[in-house]
Amino acid sequence: MKKFSPVIKVKTIATEQSIRLVEKTIAKTAEAGNFLTNIADVFLFITRVIKVTFSRDFEFKEFLNQCFQIGNKTLPLISVTGIIIGLVLTIQMRPALLSFGAVSLLPGMVAVSLIREMGPVITALICAGKIGSGMGAELGSMRVSEQIDAMEVSSVNPIKYLVVTRVLAAMLMIPLLVLYADALGILGSWAGANIKGDVTFALFFSQAFSQITFIDFLPALVKTFFFGSVIGFVGCYKGYTAGRGTESVGIAANSAVVLSSLLVIIIDLIAVQITDIL
Amino acid sequence: MNTTLISTVSSAKVETPKQVIEINNLRKGFGTEDVLINVSLKLYDGENLVVLGKSGSGKSVLIKCIVRLLEPDGGTIDILGENVSALDHDRLSELRKKIGFLFQSGALYDSMTVRQNLEFPLRRIKRNLNQKEINEKVQEVLENVGLSDALNKMPSQLSGGMRKRISLARTLVVDPLIMLYDEPTTGLDPVTSDEISLLINEVQKKYKTSSIIITHDIECARTTANRIIMLMDGEIYQEGGLEKFEKSTDLSIKSFFK
Repeated sequence: MKKFSPVIKVKTIATEQSIRLVEKTIAKTAEAGNFLTNIADVFLFITRVIKVTFSRDFEFKEFLNQCFQIGNKTLPLISVTGIIIGLVLTIQMRPALLSFGAVSLLPGMVAVSLIREMGPVITALICAGKIGSGMGAELGSMRVSEQIDAMEVSSVNPIKYLVVTRVLAAMLMIPLLVLYADALGILGSWAGANIKGDVTFALFFSQAFSQITFIDFLPALVKTFFFGSVIGFVGCYKGYTAGRGTESVGIAANSAVVLSSLLVIIIDLIAVQITDIL
Repeated sequence: MNTTLISTVSSAKVETPKQVIEINNLRKGFGTEDVLINVSLKLYDGENLVVLGKSGSGKSVLIKCIVRLLEPDGGTIDILGENVSALDHDRLSELRKKIGFLFQSGALYDSMTVRQNLEFPLRRIKRNLNQKEINEKVQEVLENVGLSDALNKMPSQLSGGMRKRISLARTLVVDPLIMLYDEPTTGLDPVTSDEISLLINEVQKKYKTSSIIITHDIECARTTANRIIMLMDGEIYQEGGLEKFEKSTDLSIKSFFK
């Protein structure tokens, strides 16, 4: 049997470990390099979109079509969700307020929480799921089936036709959908208030709106524009840069939802901090 | 001897046809793999040049480099006298208006009808046309590809051959000077393949196009080629007329032309 001296054994182990360390370092460096390349790609994409947005020959017909698609796809879902949120908030807040004898504050509290937080965030998350995945999947399948390449070689700028119209439509429609969800939420809240109490429609609304100030409304509306732009950009970016295989369509749709939902929450956190300072 | 006479005689003899595409030492790789290695070729006015080769020999990469869907790693591509690599976005876009590209998959826009597919490039490239002229142009190209009754169909309602024809109609609708066909007969039955090959010849005559036809279908090459270039492992292996290839004793070429 062959015997190794302890010195040789230690040398062998040390060499193996150094090789492993070098390999790990190279892998980590490559990962960091890929991460930085991805970030650079995102910024380049956003720059291209912004540049093309302000160029001439805006695809207005396609923009209107995308606005209709966004509204058409999400309206039923947002209607149901809006009413239920208002209803649930009212049912859960009522016992707490009743113990303080402050039930009259219920409409105002629900309205403020709906307009400032629940309406924008829930609507944006629904849109991230419905619109973001739709954009990722549609543009991803267009990439896979060479339709984007076909557009490019026929001298049509695919960024202008496909991306700019979708991003702008999301930026316009999501704030409108949030306003719609807020209104339905307050309506749901009125219905909830009438389950165990008796309040007229006019009184409920006057109490609700007496608590809402400009500072409740404006920051909430401004952040929805950012929600819209993030959902549009992420959905389009993931789809537009999808790989060549069919599995990349699923990956694009899935990652569009995950990333845009995460970014919506992060933007909401930043917006709350800014509003708090103001 | 009179030198003027000599120059007149020689210029009459050497009447080289006009070049529409000239590629010199084109190189393209993905990662560490070289796909095209110093490829040089010329496409002359009015000819059908068939680029033949096995799958993975770099044929599709070649024509994607020509229209800059892929950026070459080296070499030059001149189209109609313009260096493609040096063009900015606007000038590249202008040049692309003169080039028709038939994709392997057809690449019809799924969300649009056949009419909308054909009108899409027409409305954006030939902006001066009114609706009547657009309708006439669409009808004309559909008749030329033999599918005038497919006007209001969706791409999902079309067979593979019909998709290829409509895709060809979409490229022809803007009157290109150069046609690039990427595997025009792949995935089609022999009868439809022959029809598409004959259609390519009709397009050459009717629209006076110069074409590069990428294929591994030898029947398509026999029908359409004025000249053939064979690519192997990213390099030009053989170049010449159909007869030269048919008579070749080289085993790699013979395996194609059995």
